[in-house]
Amino acid sequence: MNRLNVELPGLNLKNPIMPASGCFGFGREYSQFYDLSVLGAIMIKATTVEPRFGNPTPRVAETDAGMLNAIGLQNPGLEKVLSEELPWLSQFDVPIIANVAGSLEEDYVAVASEISKAANVHALEINISCPNVKTGGIAFGTIPEVAKQLTRKVKEVSKVPVYVKLSPNVTNIVEMARAVEEGGADGLTMINTLVGMRLDLKTGRPILANRTGGLSGPAIKPVAIRMIYEVSQAVSLPIIGMGGVQSAEDVIEYFYAGASAVAVGTANFVDPFVCPTIIEELPVLLEKLGFEHISECKGRSWKEHGKLTHHRA
Amino acid sequence: MIQKELCQIISQTEIAEDIFEITVKASLVSQIKAPGQFVHIKVTDALDPLLRRPISISSYNSVKGQLTMIYRKEGKGTTKLSEMKPGMEIDILGPLGNGFPVEEMKIGETVLLVGGGIGVPPLYELSKQLVAKGVKLIHVLGFQTESAVFYEQEFLKNGETYVTTVDGTYGIKGYVTDVIKNLGFDGIYACGPTPMLKALEQLYSNKKMFLSLEERMGCGIGACFACVCKTAEDPSGVSYKKVCSDGPVFRAGEVVI
Repeated sequence: MNRLNVELPGLNLKNPIMPASGCFGFGREYSQFYDLSVLGAIMIKATTVEPRFGNPTPRVAETDAGMLNAIGLQNPGLEKVLSEELPWLSQFDVPIIANVAGSLEEDYVAVASEISKAANVHALEINISCPNVKTGGIAFGTIPEVAKQLTRKVKEVSKVPVYVKLSPNVTNIVEMARAVEEGGADGLTMINTLVGMRLDLKTGRPILANRTGGLSGPAIKPVAIRMIYEVSQAVSLPIIGMGGVQSAEDVIEYFYAGASAVAVGTANFVDPFVCPTIIEELPVLLEKLGFEHISECKGRSWKEHGKLTHHRA
Repeated sequence: MIQKELCQIISQTEIAEDIFEITVKASLVSQIKAPGQFVHIKVTDALDPLLRRPISISSYNSVKGQLTMIYRKEGKGTTKLSEMKPGMEIDILGPLGNGFPVEEMKIGETVLLVGGGIGVPPLYELSKQLVAKGVKLIHVLGFQTESAVFYEQEFLKNGETYVTTVDGTYGIKGYVTDVIKNLGFDGIYACGPTPMLKALEQLYSNKKMFLSLEERMGCGIGACFACVCKTAEDPSGVSYKKVCSDGPVFRAGEVVI
């Protein structure tokens, strides 16, 4: 019995576990450790039209139960991703979710249009939430009308379903989710990192060369859970949840909040085997909790008690 | 192949102020290809500190399956590590990266091993292997002050050894470069702070030279793009090398340091 299979727009997943974009490169490094075909999907590193070097170093700084990064969307560019990375990934039986980034609306459209034609790309993840680039990224992810417009443009050209990756760096996450739903998004992925900073004890200066960076890891999990809890009740789009997932227990908590699948980010750096380990542990945990299938966990935080009890003014 | 292994601590000693030598039992030593490779250590199952610590391998014994590392107690992670006792286990991922190419130096050649501070440890295994091969060695080891000096005797066994301290409390006062200018040699292997590596690269660009770089790392295996540097042939472009998986040892002039 498969307790873990999940159907989402464009994605027929054997299990709901996938590495998060930016934490897994294009899979090559992790293929030394295990067969990537065991994964539900792979969210590949953000792709832009042109190759990007990214930010100066230091690009990472550890924090309490988390880390800051300011990589700056380093990637080999659309052409190389199409000619080298995606063909290499096609040896594995795993759907690819291509993360699309850019500085201008036309950049997103250009990447989305081409990358969505690749046979193993089953969905796009529109990165309107990268906090580490000067233009684009988060600039598209904090104004609802702009996010909606970009979603619409990408939807017009994409051959596969479009998921929009939401930024937590907003005052009203529900408003953002509704805007991209109106723009025609097929799903949401959330959350991207929270903007943060760390200062050096000796110099007093920021550790990151970019000064600020995106906070990830267990420290941000409660923020993600709260946002998914709110958004999953407000929109009808499926949500791929992410933020500090390290264990099968974390995955269940995300499902309870309202997620339909879960991505693992920072934990890959700590334990390269974390994704297959979670996939192995999930059925055992479901059995223990009395669920036949993981889908029964979805939205449990608000479904059983009814929406109204939580939303009385 | 990179392995992830729970390794039992055999011994741990403070060999200089805040400098610890730790030896563990590790079957992953069978995978080590060259001196200068490193391991990535998780010191606790708890969430804090979260990430692994990259620590260089100072020596290893493939027959006994033992691995020795020398590190400086500095932050939360290394402080925790320094408090661990023999019999306890640490989670090690490794061996990682590419080490010093021993084959680049020939029998009868004189080679300088230049280390600065916590950059000294990986040179020890290199020193052992070069001596065994029949290469003549001169070690130049730079430290801040007397209390930070370690492994002088160990290096002396393998060849001529000079120690410098910045404040002059031990050995020769000054920097490693102050000593090197009076020496004759055919090649250099070096590991230490970036300014030291830069100085060596500028002063001895005519020599065969291999430098081990340091950079803040995330994953240690090349996936996160935290520790990239520019290549020398394309200093303003998009080409790059990852210190963790393409390095940490590079031929001088290969990357921008």
